[in-house]
Amino acid sequence: MSAKHLQHIEPYSPQSGTMIPGGFVKFMRTCVIWQLIRFLIINIRMTKLILKSHH
Amino acid sequence: MAKIVILGAGVSGHTAATFLRDWLGKEHEVIVVTPNSKWNWIPSNIWVGVGQMKKEDVVFELAPVYEKIGIDYRQAKALSIHPEGGENEEKPYVTVEYTGQGKEGQTETITYDYLINATGPKLNFDATPGLGNGKGGLGDYTVSVCTADHAVHANEELQKVIAKMKAGEKQKLVIGTGHGMCTCQGAAFEYIFNIDHELRKAGVRDKAEMIWLTNESALGDFGMGGMHVRRGGYIASSKVFAESLFAEHEFEWILGTHVTKVEDGKIHFEALDGEMDSQEFDFAMLIPPFGGVGLKAYAKDGSDITDKVFAPNGFMKVDADYTPKPYEEWKASDWPKTLQNPDYPNMFAVGIAFAPPHIISKPMKSPNGTPINPTPPRTGMPSAMMGKAVAQSIRDMVTGRSDKPTHTASMSEMGAACVASAGAGIFSGKAVSMTVYPVVPDYEKYPGVGRDLDYTTGEIGLAGHWIKHLLHYAFLWKAQLKPFWKIIPE
Repeated sequence: MSAKHLQHIEPYSPQSGTMIPGGFVKFMRTCVIWQLIRFLIINIRMTKLILKSHH
Repeated sequence: MAKIVILGAGVSGHTAATFLRDWLGKEHEVIVVTPNSKWNWIPSNIWVGVGQMKKEDVVFELAPVYEKIGIDYRQAKALSIHPEGGENEEKPYVTVEYTGQGKEGQTETITYDYLINATGPKLNFDATPGLGNGKGGLGDYTVSVCTADHAVHANEELQKVIAKMKAGEKQKLVIGTGHGMCTCQGAAFEYIFNIDHELRKAGVRDKAEMIWLTNESALGDFGMGGMHVRRGGYIASSKVFAESLFAEHEFEWILGTHVTKVEDGKIHFEALDGEMDSQEFDFAMLIPPFGGVGLKAYAKDGSDITDKVFAPNGFMKVDADYTPKPYEEWKASDWPKTLQNPDYPNMFAVGIAFAPPHIISKPMKSPNGTPINPTPPRTGMPSAMMGKAVAQSIRDMVTGRSDKPTHTASMSEMGAACVASAGAGIFSGKAVSMTVYPVVPDYEKYPGVGRDLDYTTGEIGLAGHWIKHLLHYAFLWKAQLKPFWKIIPE
């Protein structure tokens, strides 16, 4: 992981005790092709949830 | 012929009213009583609060919509419910006071056969000295995004802070909750991320110290005891993901706080460990606690039965199990199903207006005895589903199909989809897309995590931002009853 992602983290601070996303994860969050796929998947997931929730 | 009165035209009340009007014949009356002239898609107030949208983008006039569908609209606030009728009136009725339609200040009684209480919350700013103005409104020191007008004001104040940062001044921004018993952490969560996004766009993020101040005992609690999702072969808590997001965006966090007083530039709070502390700020958005709107209830002889109809927090009692019991004995089945009042079967309460049997998150108290824990969220998708389920039950009771409610909408048997914006922008935006099922964890059915992990998910990305945008337009379309509005799900 590039040190750039960690520059703002103070050792032993609360922020240092958690996961920090690396460059690949950050890239995928705004990668249009991947996000189009996720868009479809999230919509299907939400639709299934709605169908399960109506009684 | 039946007369159905709906108090409130927020997400749940509007949903119930429009479906009832659509399903029932014209011989039946549907009356909506709301003090507001406009409908507000509240989730998008976040974007108004950072200047990405205008107030006009998130509101519309109710009167033309109700006229189009044949709903009798009264711009008034409800004052009291008389579920047994009164001295001169055999039928149950409500007393209302007009706030518009040229009848401001006039009172009126409206009889009903069925009543839906969907009044939403009272934004109880005055519960915290300095957070309110002492007259029920927002105080002078902080901002809010709870209404469209508040969000406009929040953006004006934010732009002043950004201008100072552009001039080279460092600024402290505090976002979070303004009382130990607040709910709606999600709105504050969205707001802090959207501010971060705007500050980065303006090139001034390095001038801002951003602090999350919350009554949650752990990040990612959101008033529903957090959640777990499958990720990377593990089942991980929302605490881990929320901390990761906060660390990535360079936010500090202060957990388990009960804000006791707000002064110009300083927030005083009590922490869960009992310590009294304070936090300075240049800009602060603190969500107020919610309470019932203060409706009174009277018996036929005029005696006050408010305590019988409403819980002490002002929310209406429904078919929940309100027996006080310790956290270890709480069950999913404590939560109401039909949302029908136990004493008056023709009265229902939906959305924020119903009294929850207890909170969802584990109760916490400081050593001084101060409760510091989030109260249950009951907005958005669950609110709309409650509105529709109660409308279905009333339809079936009115048409004689049943003499009991036919549909249920228990928060322990329904899921919620939540898209929390983390920055607007068609290609640069992000949002956290979450689904959770059920909203109230059921540890008997789903041991360990309380939720069905096939339906409880979370991820962050541009897709979430697109969905948030889609929901903005879809729900405004649906609420305005434009063509095919009924096929857009709740």
